[in-house]
Amino acid sequence: MNAYDLLVGPFAEFEFMRRALVGVFALAIGAGPVGAFLMLRRMSLTGDAMAHAILPGAALGFLVSGLNLYAMTLGGIAAGLLVAVGAGVIARATELKEDASLAAFYLISLALGVMIVSLKGSNVDLLHVLFGTVLGLDDPTLILVAGIATLTLVTLAIIWRSLVLECVDPAFLASVSRAGGPSHIAFLALVVLNLVGGFHALGTLLSVGLMMLPAATARFWVRDLTPLVALATCIAFASGVVGLLVSYHFGAPSGPAIILVAGTAYAVSVLVGPAGGIVSGRVRRRHLEA
Amino acid sequence: MLSRRSLLAAALVLGVTPALAQSDAAAPAAKLPVVASFSILGDFVKNVGGDRIAMTTIVGPNSDTHVYQPTPNDAKKLAAAKVVFVNGLGFEGWMDRLVKASGTKATVVVATTGIKPRERTADEPQDDDEKPKGKKEAHAHGAIDPHAWQSVANAKVYVANIRDGLIAADPAGKDVYTANAAAYLAKLDALQADVLKAVAAIPDDHRRIITSHDAFGYFGDAYGLKLLAPEGVSTESEASAKDVGRIIRQIKAQKVPAVFLENVSDPRLMDRIAKESSAKVGGTLYSDALSDDKGPATTYIDMVQSNLRALSAALSS
Repeated sequence: MNAYDLLVGPFAEFEFMRRALVGVFALAIGAGPVGAFLMLRRMSLTGDAMAHAILPGAALGFLVSGLNLYAMTLGGIAAGLLVAVGAGVIARATELKEDASLAAFYLISLALGVMIVSLKGSNVDLLHVLFGTVLGLDDPTLILVAGIATLTLVTLAIIWRSLVLECVDPAFLASVSRAGGPSHIAFLALVVLNLVGGFHALGTLLSVGLMMLPAATARFWVRDLTPLVALATCIAFASGVVGLLVSYHFGAPSGPAIILVAGTAYAVSVLVGPAGGIVSGRVRRRHLEA
Repeated sequence: MLSRRSLLAAALVLGVTPALAQSDAAAPAAKLPVVASFSILGDFVKNVGGDRIAMTTIVGPNSDTHVYQPTPNDAKKLAAAKVVFVNGLGFEGWMDRLVKASGTKATVVVATTGIKPRERTADEPQDDDEKPKGKKEAHAHGAIDPHAWQSVANAKVYVANIRDGLIAADPAGKDVYTANAAAYLAKLDALQADVLKAVAAIPDDHRRIITSHDAFGYFGDAYGLKLLAPEGVSTESEASAKDVGRIIRQIKAQKVPAVFLENVSDPRLMDRIAKESSAKVGGTLYSDALSDDKGPATTYIDMVQSNLRALSAALSS
């Protein structure tokens, strides 16, 4: 088998592979930067919590109008925003810290989601909500995912400065500008949007993987923000491509394959990444001792 | 007055002491409480039991039994039942635990007893352009196929098992059950003839069923149709790009005219396969559940006939 058959052939022959490729590209563009910022703000687990929070909204959409893309998307966005804003408000209004209130909210939300899906009596496609179908992306889904990616880039361009400042020194930002609050909310909205886009392709649980794993991987290679964002996006896209090829050549289910490729990249980076990886740390220490 | 009191007593005693209940169930008005795990099996049970039983199903119409989540209500139904009918062959994986947890004293009748389970093995010609490579792959696809009811011949075995199960639990109703079963078996024989006739009308090279999960293995084996599905025998497994690619290639190479949707699966993947291979979507096949009252497949016989109509219409052209 030559390189063409290995790398290009599957995409050249099958339209569903090209669609999946476009899908993971759009997802990577949105999820890469959002994941990088989540990580820098020490909110890596927030993404996971939000992914669970989306479920009842999507389930409610499913309950109302069946497997309808727009109803499930709207429901997911609404539920995600409600949990994000609700947790934020409670954290500011009470003594409870934000992580605890977020945990409370997402657990309630998750249980609600499972209950709504089960109450209907029909379990049809519950697993497709949880696991998605990157191979079955139709036109509306692709347009939705691409639209979310575009919106993410535009919004990030607008709130970039305040977002960066808030990562570095929130107190300073609050003293010079009132953009901190709105940009934080806008950022949370982006997290929700990207997760909702991701769950059509990868499912609610795995879409977080394409967000956090590339960001964590990229962190082992570069320290500056702009290269970090760019590298995270590239790693997300590369994981998508390699994952699809693995799924194609070895017959592995596509969603997990994509995330596991990103996971492998992460494991390798933990070992040999120049910016804080295990090996590079050891090497430098020995160098200093000598 | 007396009869009302004995009726009340029967209702109270039922479920508490099966031995006592057995004699009480002989009273004409006390119906034998039975539970069937899913809608198709429920239809068989209803046909055999007739008026003598009070039947409930756990997984309703249009629902996917593979991934069902039981509720306490289901356990309550089981606890009250005298006989529980299950498909077996790993179809309702959650059932064993539910039966144990409910503490029911009901007899569990496995309706597929005596049916030769069909395994999706590696030597089965799944694809023409590529031979399976080794044992590993054989293992991955070698799951037992639980969808035995798709062959009408097997349905007759189901009915016989159900009849025997009901007679064992309610000997007084033996004549009724035997007569009901005989009448229903005759209907199934007629159905079998219909299926054979309809399949014979489909051109040889069009005899291929492509659905989203592998539910029509017994149907294919019994009537000489080949089948392909991107998901495995259970809806739980996820499709891989390899399987989807292989199926598209095969549809193109063999000019299969149509693919089918199922009432229990996500239609998007099959839509994609249809568009890409320029086959048409030949309608919905009912695989693992009956339709609700509005649908075309409220009973097993209607279901097979509805599937048959969809297949003939799409494949005969």
